[in-house]
Amino acid sequence: MKNILVIAEKEIRDGIRNRWILATALLLGGLSLGLAFLGSAPVGEVGASRLAVTVVSLASLMILLGPLIALMLSFDAIVGDVERGTLLLLLSYPLSRGQLILGKFVGHVSIFSAAVVMGYGVAALAITLSGEEIASGEWVAFLGLAGSSIMLGAAFISMGYLVSVLVKERATAAGIAIGLWLLFALLYDMVLLGILVADKGATLKPDLFNVLLLINPADAFRLFNLSGLDSIGTLSGMAALTGHADFSPWTALLALLAWVIAPLGLTGMLFRRKEI
Amino acid sequence: MADTIKLSHVSKSYAGRPVVMDVSLSLPEGYLMALVGHNGAGKSTLIKLMLGLTRPTQGEIGILGQDPLSPGGMEARSNTGFLPENVVFEGALSGREVMTFFARLKGEPVAKSLELFDLVGLSHAVDMKVKTYSKGMRQRLGLAQAFLGEPRLLLLDEPTSGLDSAAQIQFYNIVKMLKERGASILISSHALTELEAQADLIAMMNSGHLMACASIGQLREIAGLPSMLRLSVRDGKTSEVAERLKKCGAPTKINGTHVEIAISPDDKMTTLRKVGQLGKEVLDVDVYSPSLDMLYTAFCQRRENGR
Repeated sequence: MKNILVIAEKEIRDGIRNRWILATALLLGGLSLGLAFLGSAPVGEVGASRLAVTVVSLASLMILLGPLIALMLSFDAIVGDVERGTLLLLLSYPLSRGQLILGKFVGHVSIFSAAVVMGYGVAALAITLSGEEIASGEWVAFLGLAGSSIMLGAAFISMGYLVSVLVKERATAAGIAIGLWLLFALLYDMVLLGILVADKGATLKPDLFNVLLLINPADAFRLFNLSGLDSIGTLSGMAALTGHADFSPWTALLALLAWVIAPLGLTGMLFRRKEI
Repeated sequence: MADTIKLSHVSKSYAGRPVVMDVSLSLPEGYLMALVGHNGAGKSTLIKLMLGLTRPTQGEIGILGQDPLSPGGMEARSNTGFLPENVVFEGALSGREVMTFFARLKGEPVAKSLELFDLVGLSHAVDMKVKTYSKGMRQRLGLAQAFLGEPRLLLLDEPTSGLDSAAQIQFYNIVKMLKERGASILISSHALTELEAQADLIAMMNSGHLMACASIGQLREIAGLPSMLRLSVRDGKTSEVAERLKKCGAPTKINGTHVEIAISPDDKMTTLRKVGQLGKEVLDVDVYSPSLDMLYTAFCQRRENGR
C-alpha cells in the first residue's frame, strides 16, 4: 500500500511540475465558463436553467477532451519508462509490478480529477454567483457529471496503460492512443448513426443499438449523463434515442466501470510477464 | 557459510537466441566477485536474472536464499542494491528528490539517505537538477542509491564507467568499507585490470558461457601462463646478462638496458635465485604476473581450441 502511494505521489508531483494539471484545468475551466454563459444563449426562454444546459454542453465537451487528456497522461506510462531506461532501476526495488501500475493509476486519476474538479468548479461557481435559482436535482446532475467524467478519464487512462504495455516504442503507443481517441470519441458514433440512417433500423434493432452504445465508454458516459435527468434528456437531443433505452443510468455507469477495470487488470497481467 | 547468490544451470534465451548458457556459480557471504567479459558476454542478463527482471529459460536462482521471482524475492530485493549499466534518472528532478523517492521505496529514513551524498562526494550537488549532472556525477548518484539501506548484496553493472581515476579510487574505498561491514558484492566490468586487486573471486563470461570462476591465483594456476621477469642492468651488460641466464635455460629477450624473461609459474623461484647470483650487474628486478586481461584472453583461446 505504501509503495502505491509513493508511486502515486511521484506521478502527481510530476503532473504539478510539468504544468499538466494547470494546463488541463485552465483548458477545462475556460471552456466550461464559455459554455456556461455562451452555451445557454440558443436556449433562450425555453425554461431550461443555465446549469442544466451547462451539464449537457460539458458532457459533450468531456466526450471529446476527456479521453484525449487521459490517453496523453497514460500512453507512455510503461513504454516511456522502458525507453528512458528508468524502469530497470525502479523494478530492482522492493516494489511489485502490480503496485507500480496501481500507483501510476492512482496518480494519473488524481491528476485528471484535479483538472476536472477545478475546471468544472469554475463554471459551477460562476453560475452560482450569477444569482440564478438552481433546483437541487440539477446539482445532483452536475455532481454526477463530475464523477462520471473522472470515471471516463479513468477508463481511458486504463486503456492507455494497456497500449503502453503492449508496444515496444513510445511513438507507436502515441499513434495507437490517437487512434483510440478517434475511434471512441468520433468515429464510433458516426458509424453507428450512419448504419442507423442507412438501413432505417432494419438490422440495428433498439436492443442491439443500446448494447453497442454501452460498449463504447464515451457513449456509456453520454448515456449516464444525458438520460439521468428528465430535463436534461429532452435538452440533449438524445431524447429520442435514450427514450428507447430500457436500462437505468446505473447500467451505463457499470459499463464505464468495466472499462476502467478490464484494461487495468489486463495490463497488470501482461506487465507481470514482461521481460525488462 | 551461506551463499548470497546461487545459480544452478541457469540458461536464458531471448526469442530462441541463447544469451546465457548453463551458468552455475555461487557467491559466498562477504565475498567480492568480479564478473568479467566482453560486451555482450551475458553479464547484464545474468544480473537481470538475479533481480527477477527476466525469468530464466532453465535452471534455478537463489538470491539471499530466495527465488527472485517468488514473493520472497521482494524481501531479497529490499536487501539488494543495484546499479544498472548506463543508469538514467529523470532529469527534471534534483538529486535530493531522486534519493528521497528511492529511499521511501526502500523504506529508509530520508535524512539518512541524504548522508549518502557525502559518501559518494556529491554533497555540493544535492539540490541541482539531475539533467545538469555530468556523467560521472550521475554515476555517483547511481552508486548512492545502490548503497541505500546498507544492502547485504550489491549488484553493480559497470560501476566505474565514466568515473575519473580519483573517483574510481574513492569508489573502491566505499566498496571496501561496505565489504568490511559484511556485504557481498558482485561487480560486472569489461575493464578487467582495475578489478584484479579487489576481487576474491573472478567469474569469466564469454558469449553466454561461464568459462571459469575462481580466485585470481587459482586462475593463474589453471591458465599456466608465464610471469614476466624484467631486469634493469648496467649499460652494455645486457648481452652478458642474457647470456648467463640463457645458460640457466631461461629464454631471454634483449631490450636496450633491459632484459625480459618469461618464466613459468613452477620455475619462478629458481630463476629469481639465479638472478640473485648475477651480482651488481643487475640494478632492479620487476616481476609481472599475468594480468586479468591476459588470463581472460588465454581462457577464451582455450575455449576456442577446446571446440
